[in-house]
Amino acid sequence: MALAAELWSVAAYFALVVVAIATVRSKSNSSIVYSGTFAIGMFALSVASFALADGGRTGASIVLPLGLPWVGAHFQMDALTSFFLIIVNLGGAIASLFALGYGVHEKAPHRVVPFYPAFLAAMNLVPLAADAFTFLVSWEFMSLASWALVLAHHREADNARAAYVYLVMASFGTLALLLAFGVLAGADGGYSFDAIRANANLTPTMAATVLLLVLVGAGSKAGLVPLHVWLPLAHPAAPSHVSALMSGVMTKVAVYAFIRIIFDLVDSPEWWWAVVVLCLAGATTVLGVLYALMEHDLKRLLAYHTVENIGIIFIGLGLALAFRANGIAWASALALTAALFHVLNHSLFKSLLFFGAGAVLTATGERDMEHLGGLIHRMPQTAFAFLVGCAAISALPPFNGFVSEWMTFQAILLSPQLPQWGLRLIVPAVGALLALSAALAAACFVKAFGVSFLGRPRSAEAEHAKEVDAFSRVTMFVFAGLCLAAGVLPGLAIDALAPVVQDLIGARMPQQTSIDWLSIVPIAESRSSYNGLLVFIFITLSASSAAYAIHLFASNKVRRAPPWDCGFPDARPATQYGAGSFAQPIRRVYGTLVFRAREHVSMPPPGDMRAARIDVELRDLIWDTLYAPIAGLVGFAADRLNVLQFLTIRRYLSLVFILLVTLLLVLAIWP
Amino acid sequence: MALIRDLAVQGMQMLVVLLLAPLLTGFVRKAKARLLRRQGPPLIQPYRDLIRLMRKEAVLAFNASWLFRAVPYLVFAATWVAAALVPTFATGLLFSWSADLIAIVALLGSARFFLALAGMDVGTSFGGIGSSREAMIASLAEPAMIMIIFVLALIAGSTQLSAIAEFMLSLQVGLRVSLGLALIALIMVAIAENARIPIDNPATHLELTMVHEAMVLEYSGRHLALIELAASLKLLLYISLIGCVFAPWGLAPVEGDWSSYAIGGLAYLAKLAIGGAALAFFETSIAKMRVFRVPAFLGAALMLGLLGTLLRFVSESF
Amino acid sequence: MPNLALDIAHLLAGGLVLVSFMMLYQDRLPALINVFALHAILLAASVAWQADIQNEPYLYVTAIIALGFKGFVIPMTLRRMIVRLGIHREIETVVGIGPAMLAGIGLVALSMVVMLRVTAEADPLAREDLAFALSVLLLGLLMMVTRRNAVGQVIGFMSLENGLILAATGAKGMPLVVEISVAFSILIAFIVIGIFLFRIRERFDTVDVQALDRFRGDQR
Repeated sequence: MALAAELWSVAAYFALVVVAIATVRSKSNSSIVYSGTFAIGMFALSVASFALADGGRTGASIVLPLGLPWVGAHFQMDALTSFFLIIVNLGGAIASLFALGYGVHEKAPHRVVPFYPAFLAAMNLVPLAADAFTFLVSWEFMSLASWALVLAHHREADNARAAYVYLVMASFGTLALLLAFGVLAGADGGYSFDAIRANANLTPTMAATVLLLVLVGAGSKAGLVPLHVWLPLAHPAAPSHVSALMSGVMTKVAVYAFIRIIFDLVDSPEWWWAVVVLCLAGATTVLGVLYALMEHDLKRLLAYHTVENIGIIFIGLGLALAFRANGIAWASALALTAALFHVLNHSLFKSLLFFGAGAVLTATGERDMEHLGGLIHRMPQTAFAFLVGCAAISALPPFNGFVSEWMTFQAILLSPQLPQWGLRLIVPAVGALLALSAALAAACFVKAFGVSFLGRPRSAEAEHAKEVDAFSRVTMFVFAGLCLAAGVLPGLAIDALAPVVQDLIGARMPQQTSIDWLSIVPIAESRSSYNGLLVFIFITLSASSAAYAIHLFASNKVRRAPPWDCGFPDARPATQYGAGSFAQPIRRVYGTLVFRAREHVSMPPPGDMRAARIDVELRDLIWDTLYAPIAGLVGFAADRLNVLQFLTIRRYLSLVFILLVTLLLVLAIWP
Repeated sequence: MALIRDLAVQGMQMLVVLLLAPLLTGFVRKAKARLLRRQGPPLIQPYRDLIRLMRKEAVLAFNASWLFRAVPYLVFAATWVAAALVPTFATGLLFSWSADLIAIVALLGSARFFLALAGMDVGTSFGGIGSSREAMIASLAEPAMIMIIFVLALIAGSTQLSAIAEFMLSLQVGLRVSLGLALIALIMVAIAENARIPIDNPATHLELTMVHEAMVLEYSGRHLALIELAASLKLLLYISLIGCVFAPWGLAPVEGDWSSYAIGGLAYLAKLAIGGAALAFFETSIAKMRVFRVPAFLGAALMLGLLGTLLRFVSESF
Repeated sequence: MPNLALDIAHLLAGGLVLVSFMMLYQDRLPALINVFALHAILLAASVAWQADIQNEPYLYVTAIIALGFKGFVIPMTLRRMIVRLGIHREIETVVGIGPAMLAGIGLVALSMVVMLRVTAEADPLAREDLAFALSVLLLGLLMMVTRRNAVGQVIGFMSLENGLILAATGAKGMPLVVEISVAFSILIAFIVIGIFLFRIRERFDTVDVQALDRFRGDQR
């Protein structure tokens, strides 16, 4: 029943594509389409929520006569699918609501509006797919639809390059997934997920191959280092509501692919798989946030941050793998719940932050933080919602980012039980990297909010910014409220996730809603517990009682005066700290090693009137050591092989002749 | 009845930390002055300072925003809630199960987040220098603190501060290497977090030597009073933390009677005095570090915490 | 307290590892020599504690030799030597302090894993002390590798020697005569190195080993 409803909503999305193309000339094209996607998205969201609340054991599967004639298209809806459908449709619906206000400013709506429902349809299809063919077709469709959206403003040079890199990496990822499914299905075929689960021929070597292929395929779409290079190019290039979907939702679909294949289809993980996943995840976390700290483009900073949060999710998944490989099911349930909760949290606050960046872009036309500033006076509501997003992503209580990180730390603290030495050495290192990235993320968002919204305006556009329309503001406040709700009532989310974890691991975390005062207790009351509601109430009460006491006993006079300038008044806004200068101490500490950051200061000699100049040089070492050589190699090989284009007819015929003779020889010699 | 008693202890704790914090600051200043052969301000001078600041009008810059006015209350609230959860004279605080050590560190982190934002608000270079340096220091001090929490949690089996304190009070703990490493790392982190010499100079307003003072340069009147009180509370929190984990003697147990609370209170005052005197002695005997040697210092604290965690992961007897 | 003897032995051995890390952290020669003196004092305390719990009185002699030579005589001589050589200023390490500490942590982890896996059946006190001793040894080697100055390398060598002595005393039973010969050989090596340092300084005006490479024609 729920499955049929979801499939109908996918069909409705496709119908909307047709409507979009049909009404492309009309003025209210985008309003119609976005309202349509909002309605369909809310419907699909409620269906998926009911399915998950029901325990997700709909179990039904539908086979449609689409696609390959002897395979058909299998669809199934279990708890994992329902959860990810909630994520996809929540993001999609709210992004559509945002786009109702934001899309009015779109200069090329005919390049955005038809592809948007297609993108949403594909993202809905991927979790629903229950055989390899449907999965891969939907996956590729998702990549192509988002590629078209990235190319929406194709006249800008950066966007063309971004779309090209995205296409190459997406195709490469799909190739890896194709090979993975091929290995999983084995030589006898049987591409439906049920057949793959029943396949008993999976040797450990083959399973390890599947792991590596899935890490490459799903990991490149999610943004694991070193396959993340397309993400900071492509996510900022798309329009803001699409960026929110790509960062907040599409990366989660990739996480879904990883979980489905590794936790569901491949049954028995080895312990060293967790080492690989944890190493990659730890590197991703720290490198993502360090890249973000060096950025001054607001959307690119947010895209790099997505890389960091994917790293955090994969740390949880790696820990779940480690515990599961050793048979400690309840600890595995804790780690998996932490990872899934972070999936939800990240889609909430990353979408909120991208909406805020979109609002800033609409109001000022600028993405570069060095041209913003002082927006808290001109756009107070956007600033407030953005501040809530920054606090949530920096893992500050009582918001939701803190809860999922707290649960991940509790899972790390359980790890001394693991018997293998490799795990015992890598888990503390990963814990240190996680703590480091959390602190760096807070620094990064002080920079992002402080430089863009606080201080004095650094350009005329920032000075004349106006608050954005009501749709954008409402969506931002909805997500801000959800961030606070998820942080204050995490027990509800954990219990909602229990069926998912139960299906995958066979164990679940203890029932949270029956605990007094709505705390969460991951293992046992005596070990550790956290109560978001009480912390929130405490902070509010303390702040209010302080304010009340101040009001009663202290003076409440206020006087405005110029700021302290140490006797050197300079009204130019360039004297305040910008993005580059804020990050300078951190760049000096971490960047000299990780990015080979070097500063060159050239001071003019006395008497020379030119300005002093500071040059900062940063190198992307991953691009230099991995991608540039490969690109060079491919170019070299292509140049050499180009010779084959210009052979004479005699040469071509002799090529064919030699190949034929070789094949006959092989046939003769083969025993 | 037990609930009333527990509530009374928790409320007492909150009041005690609030009232003792300025006294501790005054004690440290007096001890430093005496070590430098000066008379020094009287012990109750910080109270007088706070009252005087409350009575003054607040001078705000022209472009200070609502965030600038709200931050002192947020910082004070977060720090007070964190300080109220660290056992001072009794373990088994009623609300200690609502926030464990990780949450306490995160609350202090959110206070620092908002203070750094306030530093960026007015748009002068002083605030920026304070916020950017504070961000660098925090990026190393917070992970070091989390590593220390890991060591304590792996030894005591829980991240709840009351449970850790009770475990340390019991005789099961022994003299462990990882505890020694954690103690040294915690002292280093505490010095960094409280903006003490050699990381930062709390008594100066020269931009070469200030981190915390630069962020609050624009504050005045009642706002400055709240921020100063929050800074004193933070110092009290860290000394209480070191006391309750590494010197837990005298802490009243969960079901104690009034005499055990009195003993706990006296022991706590003694711990504060010793901690404050040690801090004053340390500050007068060492010079402030260059800003870019601070990462090496805090990196060493992070390494010590990581080493302690690694040792606990490797074997149970470390 | 359960097993106080074990815990104090671990504390002293762990303190030795900690002081090795402190030596990695120093970049000024006088401070490095002071920390090395602390290293030797801690070694003496650890050996004395082992003498107490193993009931082997001759280990006290080892402790006194370590304290006397490496805790007082050698640091004092080194201090005078560096003043005469004129190098009591800053030393630059080859890699920064951060990467050196990270490498140190990796080495400690490696030695833990190796020792605890290889000696799975032995007495727990001995094997964990051996793990610490191997860490001190590796950290001493790391110091030799990451220092440019010859005096820094000599101190690294001495701390490596301290690790060996810790291992030998932890392993229950090292005859006194071996210890005396080891001590004398160290002393002779030290004198020889000192003479060489003076000769090098006379000829080339510096004890920076990279400069020596240049003179040998090996500089790239």
